[in-house]
Amino acid sequence: MENILTVTNLTKYFPVEKGFLDRLLTSQKRYVHAVDDVSFSMNRGDILGLVGESGSGKSTTGRLCLKMIEPTSGKIVVDGVDLSGLCGDELKRFRRNMQLIFQDPTASLCPRIRVGDAVRHALSFQGIGTPSEQVERTREMLERVGLKPWGNFYDRYPHQLSGGQRQRVGIARALVSNPKFVVADEPIAMVDVSVRAQILELMIELKKEFHLTYIFVTHDLAMANYICTTIAIMYLGKIVEIGPKEKVFGSPLHPYTLALMSSIPIPDPKAKIDRIIPKGEIPSPINPPKGCRFHPRCPFSKAACSEKQPELVDAGEGHFVSCFSSRE
Amino acid sequence: MSLDIDSLTVEYHTFAAKVKAVDRVSLSVNEGETIGLVGESGCGKSTLGLSILRLVPPPGKISSGKIILNGIDVVNCPESEIRRARGKLVGYIFQDPMTSLNPVKKIGTHFVEMIRTHEPKVTREEALKRGQDVLEQLGILPERIDDFPHQFSGGMRQRVMIGLALALNPSLVIADEPTTSLDVIVEAQIVEILKHLKESLKLTLILITHNIGIVAETADRVAVMYAGRMVELAETRELFDQPLHPYTQALLNSVPNITRKYQVLSWIPGAPPDLTSPPSGCLFHPRCPFAFDVCRREEPTLIKHKNSEVACHLYG
Repeated sequence: MENILTVTNLTKYFPVEKGFLDRLLTSQKRYVHAVDDVSFSMNRGDILGLVGESGSGKSTTGRLCLKMIEPTSGKIVVDGVDLSGLCGDELKRFRRNMQLIFQDPTASLCPRIRVGDAVRHALSFQGIGTPSEQVERTREMLERVGLKPWGNFYDRYPHQLSGGQRQRVGIARALVSNPKFVVADEPIAMVDVSVRAQILELMIELKKEFHLTYIFVTHDLAMANYICTTIAIMYLGKIVEIGPKEKVFGSPLHPYTLALMSSIPIPDPKAKIDRIIPKGEIPSPINPPKGCRFHPRCPFSKAACSEKQPELVDAGEGHFVSCFSSRE
Repeated sequence: MSLDIDSLTVEYHTFAAKVKAVDRVSLSVNEGETIGLVGESGCGKSTLGLSILRLVPPPGKISSGKIILNGIDVVNCPESEIRRARGKLVGYIFQDPMTSLNPVKKIGTHFVEMIRTHEPKVTREEALKRGQDVLEQLGILPERIDDFPHQFSGGMRQRVMIGLALALNPSLVIADEPTTSLDVIVEAQIVEILKHLKESLKLTLILITHNIGIVAETADRVAVMYAGRMVELAETRELFDQPLHPYTQALLNSVPNITRKYQVLSWIPGAPPDLTSPPSGCLFHPRCPFAFDVCRREEPTLIKHKNSEVACHLYG
C-alpha cells in the first residue's frame, strides 16, 4: 500500500482578537485551540471520514492538509512532499495534486462566471494544456460528473442550475486538474435529501476511476458509514478514536463515539432507541477542559480523567482510542 | 383541539407566474397525535404549516380551501380572531432559532410580550416567573431569563423557542424543522424533549422535517408531500413497512441507516419540477420508474388503499 498523506503532531491555534480595554488590562494572549496535536496517515485509495460536531476542528484539519491555512506546528507530508517546505510557485504547482470540494455549492461558485469557465479556470490557473485542450477537458469532465450533454451546461450561470447540479460543478472543478488527494468538506450538507445518495455514489465512482484518496469531513455518521473506509472521531481539536469503519462503528470504544452513535435518529420506527446523551454542549475551544477534554460531559469519567490527558492507544487491528475507562 | 384542512391551495404570485406551493391538500389532525410532514425542500411543507395560522408571507395567498381550527374559520375570520389563536391555541416553533429571537430584547421580554399580549391582566413579574418555570422544565437555569439571545448557544436558543411556543399551554404545536441547524447530540436532546413534552402535556404535534429518522422516531402518522401535493398519508409503521407511492419508496431508500452493515442506497433521478410550469398528469411522472400512459395524462387523486391513502395510478 502506498502512503499518500502523513500528518504528525498537527496543531493550529487561532489567536483571539481582543478589544481595546482588554489589550490595556491584560498582556496574556488567548487562542482558539482548533486542532491540537493530531496525527494520522492515509494510504492511496482510502476514504477517511473526519467526524465530529461543529467546533471539533474537523474542517480546520481538512484545510490544514491542503495548506490553505498555515499550521502552528506539526508536519504534513502529501505524496512524499513535505508541505511546510513549499511556497510560492512550487506550492501553486503542487496544488494540482490536492483539491477541495466545498460545502455550499451556491456560495463557492461565482454567480457571474459561466459554470464551464469556472471549471476551466482550474486548468488555466495551473497552466495545464493549451486553451482549446482546456475547453475539451472541461467538456469531458462536465459529462463525467453527469452534466450531459455538456452543451446544455457549459454556458449556464450557477443560478440556472439546481443545488445537486451545482455541487456536480464543484466536483468537476476539483477533479479537472487530476488531483491525487481530495478533501470534501461536508459535500452533501447543503443538497436535498433525495440527491445526497446520488452525489455520494458519483464520488465513489470517480474515486475508482481517478484513483483518488478522499478526506470526507462530515457530521453525518450514517453518511460516513456509507462512504468511508476509515473513521476519525474528533472532539475539541483532538482525535478521540480512529480506525477502520467496521471497528469504530461496529465496536465503538470512546464514550463520545457511543454518544454520537446513539444520538442519530434511525429511519426505522421499530428500532429500539437507547440513548446515552451527554449533558450540555461542546465547551469553548478557547479554554478547553484540563485532562481528557470530554470528561466534564462523560458519563464514565473518573478522577484520573480530569488530571491527565489520555493518549491514543492501540486497541487492535488499527483501531486506536484515547480514553482511560475504555481499557477496563 | 381539532384541526381540519380541506382542499387547501396556497399560491405565490410572482412576475413570471402563479406558483401553487400547496395544491388541494386535505388533512385532519386528531387530538393528541403527532403528524410528521415530510418532503424535499420546496415541496410546500413549511407553507402548509404557516397557513394553519394564516402566516404565509406575501406574495403568498391562500386562494381556496378551508382550515377549521377549533371552530375558527382560519381563512376568512377577521385578523383579531386569528391573532388570538396564534400562540394561545397553537404554538409555533420556527425553523431557525438563530434569527427568530429578537437580538435586542432579553429572553424574559420575549416571554412577557408573549404572555401579556394574550393575558393583559398578568403582571410583568408573574409573566417572568412563568417564563422561568417553562425554561426550567426544558433544562435552562431560571436566572438566565435576563440574558440576551446571543449569550445562548444554538441548542439553548432552540429550547427557548420551544419554551415560547409552550408558554401559553397551547393544545397544538407546529414545529418547523426544529433540529435542522443543530449538531447531532443537541438534535437528540431536542428530540427527547419533544417526545417527553408530547407525553407529559398530551400535545398534538405537527412536525415538519426532511429528516426521515426523526419522523420514524416521533410521529404517529406521516404525510408525504411532493411539489405541493400530498402523495401519501399513512401510519408511521405502515409507511416504513410498505411505502406505497413510488416517491415515498425512493425517499426511504435514499436515507442511510447506521444500524445496517450493508446497504445499497438508491436515489430519485432528475429534480423536483419547476412549479411555474408543472408537468401534465401526475407531477412525479417524469422521475417515476413505473410511469405509464395514464400518469402523463391524468392527475391522480388521494385514494384509500388498505389502511393508507395514496395518490398514484398504480393503486385503485
